[in-house]
Amino acid sequence: MMGALLDVENLWVKFPSRNGVFDAVRGVSFTLGRERLGIVGESGSGKSMTGRAILRLIRPPGIVEADQISLDGVDLIKLLEKDMRAVRGQRISMVMQDPKFSLNPVTTIGNQIIEAYRLHNNASKAQAYQKSLEMLEAVSIRNPERVMRAYPHEMSGGMGQRIMIAMMLIPNPEILIADEPTSALDVSVQRQVLDIMDKLVKERGMGLIFISHDLNLVADFCDRVLIMYAGRIVEVCDADKLHEAQHPYTRGLLNSLPRLDMPRERLEVLQRDPEWSVAPSVSARL
Amino acid sequence: MVRCPKRECPIVNMLEIDNLNVWFGKHRDRVDAVKGASFIIGQGESFGLVGESGSGKSTILRAITGLAPLWSGRMIVEGQPLDHQRRKTFFKTVQMVFQDPYASLHPRHSVDQVLGETLHLHGFSDIDARVVKLLDDVGLGQKFRFRYPHQLSGGQRQRVAIARALAPEPHLLLLDEPTSALDVSVQAEILNLLADLRASRGLTYLMVSHDLSVVGHMCDRLAVMKDGEIVEVLTVDALRATKASHPYSQHLLEASL
Repeated sequence: MMGALLDVENLWVKFPSRNGVFDAVRGVSFTLGRERLGIVGESGSGKSMTGRAILRLIRPPGIVEADQISLDGVDLIKLLEKDMRAVRGQRISMVMQDPKFSLNPVTTIGNQIIEAYRLHNNASKAQAYQKSLEMLEAVSIRNPERVMRAYPHEMSGGMGQRIMIAMMLIPNPEILIADEPTSALDVSVQRQVLDIMDKLVKERGMGLIFISHDLNLVADFCDRVLIMYAGRIVEVCDADKLHEAQHPYTRGLLNSLPRLDMPRERLEVLQRDPEWSVAPSVSARL
Repeated sequence: MVRCPKRECPIVNMLEIDNLNVWFGKHRDRVDAVKGASFIIGQGESFGLVGESGSGKSTILRAITGLAPLWSGRMIVEGQPLDHQRRKTFFKTVQMVFQDPYASLHPRHSVDQVLGETLHLHGFSDIDARVVKLLDDVGLGQKFRFRYPHQLSGGQRQRVAIARALAPEPHLLLLDEPTSALDVSVQAEILNLLADLRASRGLTYLMVSHDLSVVGHMCDRLAVMKDGEIVEVLTVDALRATKASHPYSQHLLEASL
């Protein structure tokens, strides 16, 4: 398809173990245009692994195999590690799940953002400091001067995540892979972070892969949604039609959510069918 | 003469918080995390605290358990005012379940050790039988007894954390976002478990969550917090009927519907 930023075909992620090879991702195919693509599923469904595999961040002994992962016609799977470093951060950026492990615990937040900014831009320390303050303000952090002086352990989870997003947006990437960027945030801040990402997709034509376990959020925010179970895509649908999804797994997930407008005595618990994990993956290539 | 209604029936209220202030740090880095919070939780009630991150909802829980040492105001648990030093009996009344089941269990202690040590510290003698009972109560069963945390899924770990909190047979359980680190399908299981335990043991819950629909499902009343202050206390029914009066609560409600 023309205009696709990223084309992933038949992606596998394998981990050899004592009990044979474990397939974390099994034959996933999708394309990403200038859109917001959501990937949902439970933990262990392979959604984060899919995101990491695109950036080739899976460490040995993990194995990534794919027919192609092409970014503007360049196959990332065949790229040298040296050239891959130019892709990471600059062209495809990733916001990881847990800010606690993404930030350096022994350096102040300010120094980390300044370092990230100066790595990509030729700027003086004073300029970088100003820019960092702006970035923190852009992700709606109150009192950015205090945050610049603070260490990561002094931050709440939500603030840490916003700091990570601020750092990732500095190099102005073409594709942003956001791995549960808002699951640690509360609804009102969530909205602000999503608005920031939304603006980037609309104004800069950025492609966004939004990995989340929050079905309502994805239905609300994304354009297309892939639903993953046990390393496969079980269903692809337009985000606004997610609530009419057919697959029993998707239905089960939707039903297990508590809802304010429909109070229930007990929540429905998902009943798993072993059939779901053997069924072939649905392709989401356009 | 006006009589104080609290004096007449001393243990009607499980927890009374009156003009609680909590702060961290000093001088230019002083942060006032909780400012003049007051609320009352009745016996057997389930009370929710909602608000954005940094609004001080977890800090209130930490102040109650004694994990936030700098506070002023009054906290009364079952009619007993709390000092800055917690007594041993306090921990028999109040227990806490933390947000992150991956961080709150010792990685080198088996489930048996975690529960056994807690029971030992609380002076129980029939530890073996109690460990068995606790595991059954949280729906784990015997085969999990000698496992280590890394051999458990997030939902199973949170069940162990709940079992540990239940070990001293507390009356008040403080739940700090007990399901926010879990999948929605597992969240449903844990919320069902908590509802069952509350019914069978007559527990009182103080639950912190940023998810209004979870609080709406679990609680009878809730307090909305913003910047360390409680802006509104309302019932869940009023919340459902979108009768929140404070603009911030309305904003939260709109964002989560």
